[in-house]
Amino acid sequence: MHIVVCMKQVPDSAQIRVHPVTNTIMRQGVPTIINPYDLFAIEEALRLRQKFGGAVTILTMGPPSAEDSLRKALTFGADRAVLLTDRFFAGADTLATTYALATAIRKIGVEFGPPHVVFTGKQTIDGDTAQVGPGVAKRLGLMQLTYVSHIDNVDLEAGTIDVERRSEGGVQKLRSKMPCLISVLEGVNEMRIGSLSDALTAARATIIKWSAQDAGVEDITKCGLRGSPTIVKRVFAPKPRAEKAQFIELGDKPGDAFVDELFKRRPKLESELGQLTRGY
Amino acid sequence: MNDKAKAPAPAGRAAAKKELPEHLKAYKHVWVFIEQERGQAHPVSWELMGAGRILADKLGVNLAAVVVGARNEATQAVVRESFNYGADLAYLVADDILMDYRNESYTKAMTDLVNAYQPEILLLGATILGRDLAGSVATTLLTGLTADCTELDVDAEGSLAATRPTFGGSLLCTIFTLNYRPQMATVRPRVMPMPERVEKPIGRVIEHPLGLVEDDIVTKVLSFLPDRDSTKSNLAFADVVVAGGLGLGSPENFQLIRQLASTIGAEFGCSRPLVQKGWVSSDRQIGQTGKTIRPKLYIAAGISGAIQHRVGVEGADYIVAINTDKNAPIFDFAHVGIVTDAVRLLPALTEAFSKRLSPHQRDRLAS
Repeated sequence: MHIVVCMKQVPDSAQIRVHPVTNTIMRQGVPTIINPYDLFAIEEALRLRQKFGGAVTILTMGPPSAEDSLRKALTFGADRAVLLTDRFFAGADTLATTYALATAIRKIGVEFGPPHVVFTGKQTIDGDTAQVGPGVAKRLGLMQLTYVSHIDNVDLEAGTIDVERRSEGGVQKLRSKMPCLISVLEGVNEMRIGSLSDALTAARATIIKWSAQDAGVEDITKCGLRGSPTIVKRVFAPKPRAEKAQFIELGDKPGDAFVDELFKRRPKLESELGQLTRGY
Repeated sequence: MNDKAKAPAPAGRAAAKKELPEHLKAYKHVWVFIEQERGQAHPVSWELMGAGRILADKLGVNLAAVVVGARNEATQAVVRESFNYGADLAYLVADDILMDYRNESYTKAMTDLVNAYQPEILLLGATILGRDLAGSVATTLLTGLTADCTELDVDAEGSLAATRPTFGGSLLCTIFTLNYRPQMATVRPRVMPMPERVEKPIGRVIEHPLGLVEDDIVTKVLSFLPDRDSTKSNLAFADVVVAGGLGLGSPENFQLIRQLASTIGAEFGCSRPLVQKGWVSSDRQIGQTGKTIRPKLYIAAGISGAIQHRVGVEGADYIVAINTDKNAPIFDFAHVGIVTDAVRLLPALTEAFSKRLSPHQRDRLAS
């Protein structure tokens, strides 16, 4: 069984700061991490390989420094890592990103065997769009299974896969066909700690690096900024609100003082809270 | 989208807007995808009808509701309801194989409708269903899609200006889809205000065939297990919300948030770090990557108020913030601030509220 995991190296958003004067992102020194949602996808891929044998290929598109995250993914036990890196890919929106990734997955199929399952995380923590997985599935004609919480069964002979997927108001149990793309819901598994031998292998492993040409991109105008239908016209900091909070002092009976103050300022709340606590 | 923000287009490129290619000029009108699962319309769809109405009026075009579902009374009811939320007309694809949401059939229905009737703007809810569908539809149509918008407007040339948070909510960016149609955007539930519902007669409904039979669809639904009500959090739609952040200091102290919430009939929530630390489950997260709330009263305890949190709570009518740091950003957008340790104040609040609201609680026991 061949499994491809699409992964992204992202800035650790908890540590992003905005320059107070220029309102630009201060990138220097912000550490990069594997997109946390992708860890669930990697773990799910490794579990499938454990059950059915085969290989796990990790794919990422990004700057040359994304090699660090790929090497990290190898320490968990993935078999190989492909870095899609080229200045032509820079500035890609989700549509251009799916073109590049889909092209690379086709090439991976030619080189290492066609994948049965392509995994992605639910979304990234920097873009937050959750659009790339569906886009890749559409471009490759894969069955699209998003927000999957559990893989119930895989029948390699029949080529079917049964999954549970989160839907808006419940859980759908679906039977679909491979090849498919699965986006994995967060929190459904716990990432393993890589073995020492995997760590040693990872340290020595060669990361496969493909330019647009290496990956088999035929139309460079579909990549990067040029291939992106969306255009970012303006980046700006949110407007501060005209008024700041009014600070109130509560004295030595803070609970009662707070309730008095709240109901004085928002008289309607007293009856509204009353209704809520009557449990209607 | 975020990748774009990392390498913003040079001003010259954005400024050099070409005239819309001839074949795209036919794209007119604003569409809202009315999300429904088994006859139950998602409130985000009505919120989008409100936003879509404003865009359509600015552009001087129609606002259309797009309903996809089983051929039954429940689907018809959703169509009728869309007129009460301001639709000028509705498009309907009704077929019993659309009973359950599946990507293949819904993508086919939507892309066929777009190709046949050519809207200039297509809005969808950024829900589980909406995200699954929007990504496929945009890729099939090879057009631009802007996710999780917090503001929608049209510029002087009539292009959709879609504003969304970027870099984890530290900045906002305005995104355009200039030379492709339709211009697609998703908006999360509760980001746009709910418009007023005005009873109106049903208007023009244009039906379009699905053009698929069950055998054409690869993915089969084996079963559907609806969530039990008790497991559902009503956080996004609650009138009163109490939430805690890192200032609580320990997972045990989160109990204080739950106690206050249950005393005043509120839903409880938390900021992102508490989910990342595993103190609270992710369905309770408030903010850009969690739920957006619009309560009448929001009490934030020990939450510093990073922009990623702020964008999720700005729709609240009244925000009370409790934090030890008087310079915490939460005080920039809260209405009332109390500079103190939330862990010490919360039990006092619970006690005071329970005293004050107790006559009602007696009513409840009596009834």
